Amino acid sequence: MLKLEARAEPSRAMSVASPLIALAITVVIGTVLFVLLGKDPLRGLAVFFIEPVKSVYALTELAVKATPLLLIALGLALCFRSNVWNIGAEGQFIVGAIAASGVAMQATATTGGWFFVPVIVAGMIGGMAWAAIVALLRDRFNANEILVSLMLVYVAEQLLNYLVYGPWKDPQGYNFPQTITFLKATQVPKLFAGYRVNVGAVIALFSVAAFWLLLFRTYAGFQLQVGGLAPAAARYAGFSSRKALWSALLLSGGMAGLAGGLEAAGPLGQLTPHVPAGYGFAAIIVAFVGRLHPIGIVFSAILMSMFYIGGELAQSRLGLPKSLTGVFQGLLLFTLLACDTLIAYRIRRQAPRSTTAPPPALDDATASPVVASAALPAREGT
Amino acid sequence: MEQLALLVAATLNSGTVLAFAALGLLINERAGIVNLGAEGMMLVAAIAGFATAVHTGNDWIAFGAGALAGAALAAAFGALVIWLNTNQYATGLALSLFGAGFSAFVGIRYTQEKLGEHRAFEIPGVADLPFVGPALFRQHPMVYLAIALTIAIAWFLYRSRPGLVLRAIGESPESAHALGYPVRRIRLAAVVVGGAMCGVAGAYISVVYTHLWVEGMTAGKGWIALALTTFATWRPARILLGAYLFGGVTMLQLQLQGEGVQLSSQFLTMLPYLATILVLVLISRNATFIRVNMPASIGKPFFPG
Repeated sequence: MLKLEARAEPSRAMSVASPLIALAITVVIGTVLFVLLGKDPLRGLAVFFIEPVKSVYALTELAVKATPLLLIALGLALCFRSNVWNIGAEGQFIVGAIAASGVAMQATATTGGWFFVPVIVAGMIGGMAWAAIVALLRDRFNANEILVSLMLVYVAEQLLNYLVYGPWKDPQGYNFPQTITFLKATQVPKLFAGYRVNVGAVIALFSVAAFWLLLFRTYAGFQLQVGGLAPAAARYAGFSSRKALWSALLLSGGMAGLAGGLEAAGPLGQLTPHVPAGYGFAAIIVAFVGRLHPIGIVFSAILMSMFYIGGELAQSRLGLPKSLTGVFQGLLLFTLLACDTLIAYRIRRQAPRSTTAPPPALDDATASPVVASAALPAREGT
Repeated sequence: MEQLALLVAATLNSGTVLAFAALGLLINERAGIVNLGAEGMMLVAAIAGFATAVHTGNDWIAFGAGALAGAALAAAFGALVIWLNTNQYATGLALSLFGAGFSAFVGIRYTQEKLGEHRAFEIPGVADLPFVGPALFRQHPMVYLAIALTIAIAWFLYRSRPGLVLRAIGESPESAHALGYPVRRIRLAAVVVGGAMCGVAGAYISVVYTHLWVEGMTAGKGWIALALTTFATWRPARILLGAYLFGGVTMLQLQLQGEGVQLSSQFLTMLPYLATILVLVLISRNATFIRVNMPASIGKPFFPG
């Protein structure tokens, strides 16, 4: 029989290995799924893991999708580390896109190229404002932040629909629910001609460094994490849990809003009902797979971006539904959480109780499992 | 008058979905487990039930399939949370994300299918009474079953020994363990039963309520059901009332849209979600009140030695 046994201290090796094991298990399940669907599993896996990195163009597209995931996940990682469960990043992303678009539509023919700056700043403020509702209701009325932030996703979606079907609808848009295409001056500058990847990717990488510094090199970041790990200790040390709540939500909301603004003023270039692409939810997985660590999140954002592109390619090349992406994302988080058990616990084989002979003598070594396991090989040797 | 009767009928119908799901989640939470995967379980159950109804034409087999789907997902969730001590919030979220993707994936070939209208189930004798007949006695049997189930669960929790054990585990798994109760097995049973009930709720949406399958069709009902357990301060009868209240808000909103009220339909669609937030704010305002009523071990893992 197998039994879980608490480790003396969390295993650092498992903490890194766990996402890799989880990915391997997800790939195995994916392979089985492709076989069951009557598709060539090698082609299926190639679509997810080779095609998205095959050419320079593919790599830039990978970066386009990884950028919002990275930005949102950075904020969420900080949130989850402070034990604040903001799962409504999707809503903050949408409101960010709305706010950025509101500014972008003010541009005129004479507006200079600098105009993208206020546009994305507006996005950031929009996301912050949306998350501030969650913080306010939690702080003032003790309302559960998980449910409130999630409900606000649905509200944000309807707000977006209202705008694109109503006041912001492009009068020359053949009655399609969409805004005008934003003027060129508002567009986030592209990094290379001919590719969609833009300055947003650079902002995302700078944010990685900023969040790393904030989390691991500042007193404020330390306070946030203590509050998450040991609320009682934080209270004793006099760290304000209200401050932690507000900073976690405002920062993560701001990051999600920034991602929304960059998306609206970047690859999208206008508002449509299709702005919500699930980045806010996928970023939750990105944050966990990246170990809530800014550097880890870079890798997991790229991985999740591969899932997105793979899903699109699976649709066009293999005739499989695009929702395959969601299946794999969910599976990955599920297996990751299961594997994470091995960070704090180890699996021990336990002899079935009925067949074990009574121990010849009781010695002190069996009292502590850690000591007992250390003593085991020596005893076999004698 | 006629219209009001129909509104009442529709409210009961819509509240039934929430009642089944929230009662299931209540059983989970009474045992100390929060399953944020309700939305995912309901979605998978909705497509499982719908597909079964399309192929067999029998609603009851469809509900069974929905319950099975919900129970299976809940069992996976339970195994992770109870035996591997994973974080309940994160695992539930994983289930919701997986359920949304998986249901969309398997449901794609059913998007064109449509089930026939259900013949109203009329209780002989009272169905033809004026007003109350159409309002109360021409419902799907599941509507009455939800009420019966509420009574049964209330009896189970407060009047039966297994119910007492379940509540004890929710309050203090350590004490229950010390008394020799198999805490983890009972928790798993509670999670699976809760999943099955969310499954029935999901199947009810696609089979009875809409007669069709649309990606993401539960539209947050699983999350609203989660909010309902808090709103009801973990009491079965209040859950049923809360479910009808939310059913009423949903129906009223649709009614107003139908009547062409001078308010954009998007704002009306927001109503159930805003109502959920409002209700959460009102009920949670008094932190002590919540703390007293909430099962004490909620969300905390239990690892016996």
